[in-house]
Amino acid sequence: MTIKELIESHVFETINIGDDTERTISGLFCCDLLSIAMSKAPADSVWVTVMGNINTLAVAALCDVGCIILAEGVSLDEAARTKALQQHISVLRTEQPIFDAALSVYEKLHA
Amino acid sequence: MEDTIKLEYIVSAEDFTRAGEASSDLKNILKQMGVSPDTVRKVSIAMYEGEINMVIHANGGVITVFVTPKEVTMILKDSGPGIPDIDKAMQAGYSTAPDNIRSLGFGAGMGLPNMKKYSDDMKIETELGVGTTVTMTVRIC
Repeated sequence: MTIKELIESHVFETINIGDDTERTISGLFCCDLLSIAMSKAPADSVWVTVMGNINTLAVAALCDVGCIILAEGVSLDEAARTKALQQHISVLRTEQPIFDAALSVYEKLHA
Repeated sequence: MEDTIKLEYIVSAEDFTRAGEASSDLKNILKQMGVSPDTVRKVSIAMYEGEINMVIHANGGVITVFVTPKEVTMILKDSGPGIPDIDKAMQAGYSTAPDNIRSLGFGAGMGLPNMKKYSDDMKIETELGVGTTVTMTVRIC
């Protein structure tokens, strides 16, 4: 499944569509501590988190994360939204808790 | 050396809106140079952790980067408070980051351990009240 297909499934609300959405999703990653995410988030993965600040975007960009999903109704603050636009990072959001959001993606990946 | 590229970045104190810009710029330059994704990732992680440390703990500083065909060397120099106990600071999970930093998702005590893990060589020179210089080298393979 590609990032584009995930976005177009409309399971999640779209905040920003980045570039390179034709990438195949490599897997799922859940973590809110940025230093751990930094060292472990796989490239091209979907990263589910409740951290919606500018540093989340910086980590996603450096790790080549395919897409961020913000869970628990979290959204991006203004600075982070600007960074998402500038760095062309795909960001989605949902009211679901982290586990349920990740499970939704997992089920799509393994459908 | 003729094949050496030198880059310099000013890291501002307590400016989280710009933290990561130096690492991001270096990452893009290395990618354009055709450096392997694994190496770019190692450099990015080590550099970003160092950059964040300078923002959080050291009132910012200067990062000088040398790129040769064989390695990337990052020299992170600050005029912060210095590190009282390097062994303790190197322990995974040990952190002196204040609560406002933790609420941003940092302060897991992984900064220096990540820097060591992702660089092939790391040297810390620190003096209390004077500052800290961290030199990290990542070999290009």
